[in-house]
Amino acid sequence: MSADLVALAYLVASVFFILALKGLSSPLTARRGNLFGMLGMAIAVVTTLTITENWMLILGCIVVGGSIGAVVAKRVQMTAMPELVAFMHSLVGLAAVFIAIAAVNNPVSFGLPAVLPMGSKLELFLGTFIGAMTWSGSVIAFMKLSGRMSGAPITFSGQHLLNLVLALVMVGFGLWFFFSDTTNWTAFIVMTSIAFILGFLIIIPIGGADMPVVISMLNSYSGWAAAGIGFSLGNPMLIIAGSLVGSSGAILSYIMCKAMNRPFLSVILGGFGNDGGDAAADDGAQKTHRSGSAEDAAFLMGNADTVVIVPGYGLAVARAQHAVKELTEALLEQGVNVRFAIHPVAGRMPGHMNVLLAEAEIPYEQVLEMDEINSDFSNTDVVLVLGANDVVNPAAYTKGSPIYGMPILDTHKARTVMVVKRSMAAGYAGLDNELFYMDKTMMIFGDAKKVVEHMVKAL
Amino acid sequence: MIGDIDPTIINLTIFVLAVFVGYHVVWNVTPALHTPLMSVTNAISGIILVGAMLAAGPAETDWGVWLGAVAVTLAAINVFGGFLVTQRMLEMFKRKDKKGST
Repeated sequence: MSADLVALAYLVASVFFILALKGLSSPLTARRGNLFGMLGMAIAVVTTLTITENWMLILGCIVVGGSIGAVVAKRVQMTAMPELVAFMHSLVGLAAVFIAIAAVNNPVSFGLPAVLPMGSKLELFLGTFIGAMTWSGSVIAFMKLSGRMSGAPITFSGQHLLNLVLALVMVGFGLWFFFSDTTNWTAFIVMTSIAFILGFLIIIPIGGADMPVVISMLNSYSGWAAAGIGFSLGNPMLIIAGSLVGSSGAILSYIMCKAMNRPFLSVILGGFGNDGGDAAADDGAQKTHRSGSAEDAAFLMGNADTVVIVPGYGLAVARAQHAVKELTEALLEQGVNVRFAIHPVAGRMPGHMNVLLAEAEIPYEQVLEMDEINSDFSNTDVVLVLGANDVVNPAAYTKGSPIYGMPILDTHKARTVMVVKRSMAAGYAGLDNELFYMDKTMMIFGDAKKVVEHMVKAL
Repeated sequence: MIGDIDPTIINLTIFVLAVFVGYHVVWNVTPALHTPLMSVTNAISGIILVGAMLAAGPAETDWGVWLGAVAVTLAAINVFGGFLVTQRMLEMFKRKDKKGST
């Protein structure tokens, strides 16, 4: 195929990638969008095959990788989506590093001059270090999300100084690579190794519940890594696809930070929060809460006109989404209007709760975003909070509270609030929750799944 | 005139425009589909497969080619895994849709 035809085919593929993202504006068009994405990818791969010689080897590798990917995609639990996404980010990062090393080794095979010009070296430097940081950062994120490593932030004194020094040293070696007349492997390898270490160091201080930001940020990095490789290889399609992914991840990070009312920089610098709250804040005063059984709760809900369920990370941990579906069906049969209220940072990744509820076949018309439902809480008879804490803490309205200003679900305005929780322990922010001590609040202690199953039986 | 422009500048032009397109398209994504958005962008960043194929492409096989072959495998996991898991998730949203309308 001539170079012009290849470039045109790549343009068509790029347009399909844009259409893939555009499709996600509504659940009705999303599947078609995903098909466009696959089509774009198929065009890109077939076109590239025509300009490579080793196509047996390449096809073999695609079959092996593709089979692994297909099996993983089929088997993964919906509750484990954040881990899967982190895992896949790490692959993009590592592939970017390998491609960059191969390009330094043999520039001619990528259509670059045999002696790399400075511009190409700079682009390779960018692609490599973003890729390396994406890989190691995602590995840490994956281990934290899958519980192979504690979600608690790991901090030590001089951490930020160390990162800064390492970053400067990395740039120094990058410059050495940049200004060397021949291929300077020493500089390139040292620079890449430091980038790997930096990726680890940047993610370890970030706590478990800041993961929605981290995972979005790494999503963004993986896109920029692809775009960086696109620059190195002079391939507009890689640049376009990488930029789409990069900006998508950046926007998601922004949305997540906004929903937590925390500056992006403070999330990245890390050290906030604990592993899920065994350190309950103690302000000295003994406060009393009212606790009840699942049967009491079922009775109250059965007699209500409107019920709003607020799911949180606890629902994902307990894998209670199917039990919740049964509960909504039982309530609907009794003529109760049941809806769901989703906070943007509920769960461990953006949109996590929506997918879990979708998995349990709860119609998405019943699932509302924070802005859509917040004004309705004052007209709601019963709110059922399942494994959420900070996102329903009215302290967000109190000046001086650490979470002051964070947008929350106004569950405290409902007539009756029921909270299913394992204990009175504080949430991720380490704050006591006033909502739990209100007169209209009933606490139901236990595993979310078991409690909900009891409620279904009682109805 | 266009021939005098450094290719990097042209690439930079493409990059900036693509970021704008991405920005506007992604803000239109409904929050309910943010998880599928992440998995589909994961698959799309698997476009790096094309770079990996070029690395594995030359007929004279040296270690760079093998490195490229490993990169092809990694990127292929992403492409297939990403698109298929997105499809699986979106099927769930469809199933609900049918039930909701009956």
